[in-house]
Amino acid sequence: MLNIKNLEAKVDNKHILNGLNLNIKPGEVHAIMGPNGSGKSTLANILSGKNGYETKGEINFDGQNLSELSTEERAQKGIFLAFQYPLEIPGVNTNVFLRTSLNSIRKARSEKELDTLSFLKLVKEKSSELGIDEKFLSRQLNVGFSGGEKKKNEILQMKILQPKLAILDETDSGLDIDALRIVADGVNSYKNKYNAFLIITHYQRLLDYIKPDFIHVLSKGKIVKTGNAELGVELEKTGYANFT
Amino acid sequence: MKTEDLKNTQEYKYGFSTDVENIRAPKGLNEDTIKFISKIKKEPKWMLEWRLKAFNRLKILKEPDWQKPKYPKINYQDLYYYSAPKSVSEKPKSLDEIDPKILETYKKLGIPLDEQKKLNGIAVDAVFDSVSVATTFKDELTKKGIIFCSISEAIQKHPDLVKKYLGSVIPLSDHYFATLNSAVFTDGSFVYIPPNTKCPMELSTYFRINASETGQFERTLIIADKGSYVSYLEGCTAPMRDENQLHAANVELVALDDAEIKYSTVQNWYPGDENGVGGIYNFVTKRGACRGKNSKISWTQVETGSAITWKYPSCILQGDNSVGEFYSIAITNNHQKADTGTKMIHLGKNTKSKIISKGISAGKADNMYRGLVEIKNKASNSRNYTQCDSLLMGNKCGAHTIPYIKNNNSTSTIEHEATTTKINEEQLYYCNQRGLDQEEAVSLIVNGFCKDVLQQLPMEFAVEAQKLVAISLEGSVG
Repeated sequence: MLNIKNLEAKVDNKHILNGLNLNIKPGEVHAIMGPNGSGKSTLANILSGKNGYETKGEINFDGQNLSELSTEERAQKGIFLAFQYPLEIPGVNTNVFLRTSLNSIRKARSEKELDTLSFLKLVKEKSSELGIDEKFLSRQLNVGFSGGEKKKNEILQMKILQPKLAILDETDSGLDIDALRIVADGVNSYKNKYNAFLIITHYQRLLDYIKPDFIHVLSKGKIVKTGNAELGVELEKTGYANFT
Repeated sequence: MKTEDLKNTQEYKYGFSTDVENIRAPKGLNEDTIKFISKIKKEPKWMLEWRLKAFNRLKILKEPDWQKPKYPKINYQDLYYYSAPKSVSEKPKSLDEIDPKILETYKKLGIPLDEQKKLNGIAVDAVFDSVSVATTFKDELTKKGIIFCSISEAIQKHPDLVKKYLGSVIPLSDHYFATLNSAVFTDGSFVYIPPNTKCPMELSTYFRINASETGQFERTLIIADKGSYVSYLEGCTAPMRDENQLHAANVELVALDDAEIKYSTVQNWYPGDENGVGGIYNFVTKRGACRGKNSKISWTQVETGSAITWKYPSCILQGDNSVGEFYSIAITNNHQKADTGTKMIHLGKNTKSKIISKGISAGKADNMYRGLVEIKNKASNSRNYTQCDSLLMGNKCGAHTIPYIKNNNSTSTIEHEATTTKINEEQLYYCNQRGLDQEEAVSLIVNGFCKDVLQQLPMEFAVEAQKLVAISLEGSVG
């Protein structure tokens, strides 16, 4: 599904990624761990198409060269990024945003746009699965949301937009234990053999709830070690000291 | 496909002109022109005298020049002051008598004058250059005693009301453009709502400048008698021309005891091309008097057009407990300039005013909020709340906020809040990541920014206005 070869990235002439390789197949959950400044969020940003990076190397997604696609085209093709810091958009209802988003994606895929009623039905279903109060959806997008609410909202969006590849950028940071469980349940209930996850995190904590197939340790812009779920437990004990 | 769509919407879609034969007054601003206008409108003598009085006053007034957007000197002798399609110079008695070309024009603008179609139950008065061509739903309104007609007709049929209220809010000698309007105004709408009557439908006037080298000077007078209510909406468009056309209207509102007037404007005059050539000079005086106790006047404006917008819809809060409101969205793109805001003059006790202004600036445009809140010494326990938000797109545009605040009563309070923000790249990226393209993202964010004002508009127009907001800003980011 996703194939990254020798990815290098620079911002303002500073090297952040230095030859990163990664392969993700449908049905897999990959976790990327690593110390601050190792390039984890940069990887998420580059995959989603954020401006401002000078890149080299190859990224293929579903057989397509990702660098040729705009941010919105990548989203329409099924890449979803749960933001580390979801943005506030004053005056825009969460519901309206979600519907605009879903319909833009459906339109791009030549699917029929959802009318208000079917959309509300879908939202109701997905939010109750996550145990999110519906009232939350008539509030302005992320405005005045607590950190936990923002992250839950990201997961709700993921479940509604149904991406092929979901990238979670430190979705667990700042969450209390209940919110963490909701986020994890959201991921686990969405996970199937057709989609894949790339979970970026500092801590083992989230991986207690979402079992990864692979854990990669990122250091100085490269994957320096790959292992299975046990690697996370080990890192929790030893820290990243061995890899820096 | 996408670029094609974009091209179509980016153009000013109301920019066509209609080829009809016109009757025009000779060019120039002089007594003969004024007499010509008065005569062709079959006005009584007092009206002509009123106009001439204004004209004499105009001779000693100076064109103001304190505003931020400067413009080349207007040659007032080189303008036509009256232009009317030949076929409606005698006001048509029914819609069948209107030139089909004009009906077609309004159809293209999305304003069917055909009563059978019942435009969502909204009564429309359509003004084409200098004359009102049709007023719909007249009979239904007449049954309730509501008068909704052109000002020309009101001068002939309801002279007592016109004499009593015309110029009572904007005096003859008020300022240069208002006085110019008083001398040469050609048409506009007149509304009278009798006591204790709620007007059963939205009243709407649609202004269209068609002829070239023509100024449009319309005059609107709305009177809400005791305990009455009316919601009124005006819309405006003009053809694309590479000259600047002057539009200097006067709008007067009078609300008596316990009456309420809601006045909404969707202004979409031709803004000029992307290099700043052509476009309308929209120099308009709008003022409402809350003359009675517990009366209320609410202005809502969505200003997206014109090369220069220069206006301050105001409220004079005379009656005790009266309320004035001003909700504004002003969008400037390319080389457009706006200097707009409001005046709230508190005279009565316990008077309240609220100002919500949203200015959006893109391209090389300049957007200014200028507003006066004045609480006079007898206006005890009065309150004002003002919120001015500016949104900048790109780094070549400007936003300015100049509040004038005068409080002469220690029991009264004035609050002013202002913010200036730049459209946030991160917000755009977030929207893009959710599958929205740049235009959709901008439209969503800007409409969110304008929400407090958009929700003041009557339902039918809020949707239109949202689209207009999006179209006005297309191509301004990215």
